Amino acid sequence: MAKPGKDIVIEVRGVVAGFGDHIVLDHVDLDVYRGEILGFVGGSGAGKSVLMRTVIGLLPKRVGTIKVFDTDMAAVTDLERQAIERRWGVLFQQGALFSSLTVKENLQFPVREHLDLSQEMLDEMAIAKLEMVGLDAKVCEKFPSELSGGMTKRVALARALALDPEIVFLDEPTSGLDPIGAGEFDTLIATLQRTLGLTVFMATHDLDSLHTVCDRIAVLADGKVIAAGTMDTMLASNHPWLKAYFHGKRARTSDMSRK
Amino acid sequence: MSDTLLEGTTEGERLRLAGAGAWIAENAHLLESLIDSETKRRRRLKRVDIDMSGVERLDTFGVWLLERLVRSFSARGCDTKITGLKEDYRALMDELHGVKLDEPPPHTGGQVIYALASIGHSIVSIGQSFGSIVNLLGAIVVTLLRLAAKPHKFRLTSLVHQLDNVAWRAVPIILLITFLIGCIIAQQGLFHFRKFGADIYVVDMVGILVLRELGVLIVAIMVAGRSGSAYTAELGSMKMREEIDALRTMGFDPVEVLLVPRILALIIGVPILTFLGSMAALYGGGLVCWLYGGIDPDIFLSRLKEAITLDHFKVGMIKAPFMALIVGVVACVEGLAVKGSAESLGLQTTSSVVESIFLVIVLDGLFAIFFASIGM
Repeated sequence: MAKPGKDIVIEVRGVVAGFGDHIVLDHVDLDVYRGEILGFVGGSGAGKSVLMRTVIGLLPKRVGTIKVFDTDMAAVTDLERQAIERRWGVLFQQGALFSSLTVKENLQFPVREHLDLSQEMLDEMAIAKLEMVGLDAKVCEKFPSELSGGMTKRVALARALALDPEIVFLDEPTSGLDPIGAGEFDTLIATLQRTLGLTVFMATHDLDSLHTVCDRIAVLADGKVIAAGTMDTMLASNHPWLKAYFHGKRARTSDMSRK
Repeated sequence: MSDTLLEGTTEGERLRLAGAGAWIAENAHLLESLIDSETKRRRRLKRVDIDMSGVERLDTFGVWLLERLVRSFSARGCDTKITGLKEDYRALMDELHGVKLDEPPPHTGGQVIYALASIGHSIVSIGQSFGSIVNLLGAIVVTLLRLAAKPHKFRLTSLVHQLDNVAWRAVPIILLITFLIGCIIAQQGLFHFRKFGADIYVVDMVGILVLRELGVLIVAIMVAGRSGSAYTAELGSMKMREEIDALRTMGFDPVEVLLVPRILALIIGVPILTFLGSMAALYGGGLVCWLYGGIDPDIFLSRLKEAITLDHFKVGMIKAPFMALIVGVVACVEGLAVKGSAESLGLQTTSSVVESIFLVIVLDGLFAIFFASIGM
């Protein structure tokens, strides 16, 4: 809907976070603009998930400010925090579907808690969301343990979208999917982003995703965001880590396969 | 507010609907009732025009309600048209236009059938769980025989670890509970026997009851609640995370690696706990007899010596390993029956405890008949 403009929805300034003596994020600065898909990369253990969890509020930060929708997350009351949390959706790496609820109940759970809707409307919305992520009404009555990996990701995405959030956080959405499934998932995210006008914050390792759907890429290394910009900026950069990442053997094959 | 979201004007057989405001999740409740009242009104209509130019914001909920409006009018044969929808929302509208709602699942049978079916299901599942208990018992015997042939494969470390968990760490709570039970029995006995002047027979009652029945029963029930549930939860969560499958693919037999040390630990541990528990109960009984009943410890002990024989003690101790076996096997069967969900883990843990306590009591009854018939 909105073109990537200069409207900042997530502003991270000088954030330090870690576990015990181990500092994972060392004064990280990052901006996420409204309506963009930001690919967030970094080596395994570099702290991508830590930053994401810190922004969402699952991990405490030691120093720095995090502003979401221009609101300082450290200074909000519980009610304001809830109101903001209602405006984002999170796709966890393993899906984190509630294992004792059916797919339909999983999708309806956040809606039922936040909005006062009739059961008919809830049922219809659950099916509508499932169709939006490329599934159909047949999976409604299944339990998460009966779903394949790709279906779990799709249902988890549908649940993240259940309340029509403005931001979605995706933690390695394509990990564990085959290349075809991963490609479909990328397309799906791009389509949903266009139709719903989402802002997408995506931690990923998938070079294909970075090439095809991401508007901008931010790179986390040594506890800092060392670069942020378009794919071309990344490819042109001379930073050794960026060179190794974007010009490595796997990068070339993924580049070739698209040509 | 509610008036501004949707307004309808009728011109003959033509209905004009004008949407306005924000058609978003927060207003979906209001909007739904407005739309329902528009679609349910009995009218002769040929054309419906929906003007969406006044709507400032739309989300999936709003678009779906619009789609529902269109569908219900179209189903009545009206010519329905949407005008003034912002271009941005066109893609979302197209997306939701393709949504196929499924038919509601057909109702199968009434409540009577449902009740009968659930009785049938429970009977079948009781039969199945009995079958799997016997099955696992067989697997354990086979594994034990195999281990007897190759003793070096036996997992001593694991056994010691389990013994620490189920026996050593259970000692304080078992001592406390059995001590209290001994006290209570002695007090109740004294209270009622005193009416007949038969105070001294309390010693007989406490001695026989504790050594034959209560010591082993209380310990078995405590162990079922404490260690049986832990076994089920451990094995169940291992099953959920495919750890047991991983063991199998590496060429290990889960029965040998996981189950045998656990069940052996119970078979070794429960008799020890039974002995300790019986002693604690006798001690508690003696203490109450002395302090509450005025029976001196000397008299208590000499009366106890006359009242009980070694047989009473043996009966209790012989039962203990069998109780342990039942608790262990049921806990393992239920643990391995856990399916993918967290709820199933809880269900199986509950049924592990309930089932093993039930079977422990049934077994106790069978032993009572057995010992009576052999005269012990």
